[in-house]
Amino acid sequence: MTGTFIGMPPFPTAARAALGDTQLRHNLAHATGVIRAKRAAVVAEVDNWEELRLAGAAVKERALTDLATHLEELERRLVAGGATVHWARDAAEANAIVVGIARGHGVEEVVKVKSMVTQEIDLNGALAAAGIAAWETDLAELIVQLGGDLPSHILVPAIHRNRAEVREIFLREMAAVGRAAPADLTDEPAALAAAARAHLREKFLRAKVGISGANFAVAETGTLVVVESEGNGRMCLTLPEVLISVVGIEKVVPTWAELDPLLRLLPRSSTGERMNPYTSTWSGVTPGDGPQEVHVVLLDNGRTRALADSVGRQALRCIRCSACLNVCPVYERTGGHAYGSVYPGPIGAILNPLMQGTGDEQVDSLPYASSLCGACFEVCPVRIDIPEVLVHLRSKVVDAHRGDTVPSAEALAMKGVAWTFTDARRLGRAERASGVAGRVMRRMFAVTLPGGRAASGRLPGPGAGWTSARDLPAPPAESFRAWWRRVGKEER
Amino acid sequence: MVTCVNDAMFPETGKAVVTLLRRLGVDVEFPEAQTCCAQPMVNTGYLDEAVPVVRTFVDAFAGYDAIVTPSGSCAGSARHQHGIVARRSGDAGLSAAVAETSPKVYELTEFLVDVLGVVDVGAYFPHRVTYHPTCHSLRMLGVGDRPRRLLEAVRGLRMMDLPSAEECCGFGGTFALKNADTSIAMGADKARHVRETGAEVLVAGDNSCLMHVGGILSRQRSGVRVMHLAEILASTEGVVVGAPVGDVVGGGR
Repeated sequence: MTGTFIGMPPFPTAARAALGDTQLRHNLAHATGVIRAKRAAVVAEVDNWEELRLAGAAVKERALTDLATHLEELERRLVAGGATVHWARDAAEANAIVVGIARGHGVEEVVKVKSMVTQEIDLNGALAAAGIAAWETDLAELIVQLGGDLPSHILVPAIHRNRAEVREIFLREMAAVGRAAPADLTDEPAALAAAARAHLREKFLRAKVGISGANFAVAETGTLVVVESEGNGRMCLTLPEVLISVVGIEKVVPTWAELDPLLRLLPRSSTGERMNPYTSTWSGVTPGDGPQEVHVVLLDNGRTRALADSVGRQALRCIRCSACLNVCPVYERTGGHAYGSVYPGPIGAILNPLMQGTGDEQVDSLPYASSLCGACFEVCPVRIDIPEVLVHLRSKVVDAHRGDTVPSAEALAMKGVAWTFTDARRLGRAERASGVAGRVMRRMFAVTLPGGRAASGRLPGPGAGWTSARDLPAPPAESFRAWWRRVGKEER
Repeated sequence: MVTCVNDAMFPETGKAVVTLLRRLGVDVEFPEAQTCCAQPMVNTGYLDEAVPVVRTFVDAFAGYDAIVTPSGSCAGSARHQHGIVARRSGDAGLSAAVAETSPKVYELTEFLVDVLGVVDVGAYFPHRVTYHPTCHSLRMLGVGDRPRRLLEAVRGLRMMDLPSAEECCGFGGTFALKNADTSIAMGADKARHVRETGAEVLVAGDNSCLMHVGGILSRQRSGVRVMHLAEILASTEGVVVGAPVGDVVGGGR
């Protein structure tokens, strides 16, 4: 039912299509603007926000520095609490484990808490291939799933949809997979939520197996933590007999006390709330209360590859708050689908290449999907220097092509520019040549910019990307360097 | 450091910096061995190619008390990226040289306010302007309200508030070409905000960003021009630096 990101074109191509989607542009500008303002208001209330950010970063950094030790402690505590722990190197292993457990119970359906990691491994696809329906119970995930759509935001996966579109999806799709939406459904948010609630309720009460991710995994106590806003997570975590949680290995937090800064940073950064509405924690099995069979699948799937990158490893501090998406001027205009991954936006532009490695044209385009404006770093609750990692990953993309027999036009141009910039005399000669070109342009085009300066005409080749929508000043007849020689240095 | 973009494309900005600093009693030199800060290479991923350019930079600027530049982006590159490039080169001598030059690099408004201790530079510019804080000056350097304070002290100048001022204009170096569609979409929104202010002039501390937004404003026939902050601060009664013709020699046809 849900689509796939496989086969997505590189970012510039996908972005061009997205930029032409007028409804998407409007929906995103509105939604990101609202969340940005909410976040800014509640962050401003906290006097020691910067200290909290430092603390959050330090906690995650500590966990990553000695990751194996904390993971082994987590496993010991989970097993002692009655859980079964599985280790998965990649998506295929994790999916096989989950499908195997579900099949072992003979179920035809499971209910799911919203979870990024299960999106990452396309668990729903693997379950469907095994004849098991996976019902998303988060409202936005339900909208995406019913619409046969793809998520476009980490926190608000249906951010690209407005309420009129949601109403149409509910009316069209709900009946085929469960309780139908009422025929007189309006696009009032409360009416839409009520329709989803009625539709989901029968699934919660029927399901034998629940599937979740985890926001945090506390090693010291063997506790998994899920943070959500709708109560659907609490239903999935408590009603089924069997609970399977797929957890990325970077989710581990050494001690219970270290949850403190993270649980304060996350709601303000993500939903713009002071406190998270539903925070569920469980440590293995509690006899007579909740699921009596608890599985935890600890997943690598590229995380150790990211950990091995000395600059990029900071990306594993990410707590999936989405603040970087909401503040990103690129994301606001292109939306999430253009990034071709369940992790879109600035964090996706670094996480995907870090976890998958370079070499794929689409993945390699992601570190360039940024103007390096730095707004993402400014809002990141765990201080991931995303621009620094983007630039670092660009160098990895370039380095991977250094052995190419036929260098790209860009590589040749960069070598030429660098050669010119290595010696001021070469630059001076290039400026004299451009001055001559400028004189020719002024004769040929006779266009002036506001204020009176002459403009270049439309440029050919890569320059056309500039002049298709932007005028460009003609090169001046005299560079600063030439002026300095002629009069500048004498004029005191 | 006049920067490669200003040297080759916007010499009036460099001249304005010289005029302004000399007016304030600074002994100004333009080391002729200078070229570029290497940011175009670094930000596109060509770190090896950046190494000789950074070497040229540190050789050109060795020995000066302060390296002043009319660009937040180039100052950010020199202060935050030269160390990365030097480490990559494995040349300890280059790292040591970078450690000497990097802390001496000042964006123009930092130098005026923090080092010279002036806010009123004696400028006169009787126009309605709006100010765009460029991303690297704002978030990489943290110049804060220094540019605004300097502009507000200019006699005759009327400051118009720019909506969503802190949002990127979409230039982003090679981003403007590699992701031209997204860059233009961002620039179009910035240009719209500029027009909403009713200003005659959009001012900023980076000519590269101004070249992008100014290019869109020009294509829209918006009647709004762009000017570097230095050109406004250098303007005095009777002497409007940098206006109206950018290409002085043989220009104005």
